[in-house]
Amino acid sequence: MNTGILALQDAGFILGSYAITFAVIGAFTWRVLRDGRRLAERIDDDDKYWT
Amino acid sequence: MTTPTIPADNPTSTRRLGTGTAATRVLGIATLVTMGWLVAFGLGFSPADRDQEDAVRILYVHVPTVWLAYLAFVVTAACSAIYLFGKKHSLGFDRFAGASAEIGVAFMALTLVTGMLWGRLTWGVYWQWDARLTTTALLFVSYIGYLAVRGLGGSHEQRAKRSAVIGLLAVIEIPLVHFSVRMWRSLHQEASVLDSDGDVDMDGLMLFSLFVGVIAFTLLYVWLLLHRSRVIAMEDLLDDQGLDRALDARRAEAGS
Repeated sequence: MNTGILALQDAGFILGSYAITFAVIGAFTWRVLRDGRRLAERIDDDDKYWT
Repeated sequence: MTTPTIPADNPTSTRRLGTGTAATRVLGIATLVTMGWLVAFGLGFSPADRDQEDAVRILYVHVPTVWLAYLAFVVTAACSAIYLFGKKHSLGFDRFAGASAEIGVAFMALTLVTGMLWGRLTWGVYWQWDARLTTTALLFVSYIGYLAVRGLGGSHEQRAKRSAVIGLLAVIEIPLVHFSVRMWRSLHQEASVLDSDGDVDMDGLMLFSLFVGVIAFTLLYVWLLLHRSRVIAMEDLLDDQGLDRALDARRAEAGS
């Protein structure tokens, strides 16, 4: 019984759960990258163990 | 992201933008690809369930987020233990512990929200004070507390020591959450993959979709852990530099 995307029942809840998941992940990722870029500009490469 | 910039105060040094490396970029691309697969299999290719029909598709994000939250909290506890009981008391482990807890809290929040949406479809209500939901909420609040303690003042060593103790205590809640559905009567279903005899009790394509979700979230976790721990390392370094500058200024004042 493969219903496919268009036949999704209760689509609002199901798509909403995926949308919320990716929105939270996206916001968290954006914050981490933004902080990383902001701080990296103030620190020499020699002091970054990953470079 | 890799373009070097020359700081005005030290023209011989370079300051790369961001916390990325070649390895994290590869990991990031792999994460994006598997996330795309997760959407395709979770919403498209996997079949509807006999009982839950299409509501079962929430499982492919709900279960991986809770498994990864557990993993993140176990990593926090392991790094806390290494910091506390290791000979070197390396702050690197404390940073990994803190970064992992932050990611775990984000995943746990997603578990609660997706679980509420799933509950509304299958039980008819968003929330019930049942054993699994209540213990999960308690675990979430415990790690909010862990992060709050990390934010208190003091030296990095003080932060590491007190948060490590909480990290080791809070992780004890995980077995309580996981086995709550067996210990108490619960609305929440038992284990999704294995039945009570330990046999796999899922359709092949459903199991594969769940597997894709677990892989995608695991890659995401590792990627976030690397980046976030590097950000914390830079925050600590700038804290130390600020403290050094303040001490130098104070000494100069006293000397003049």
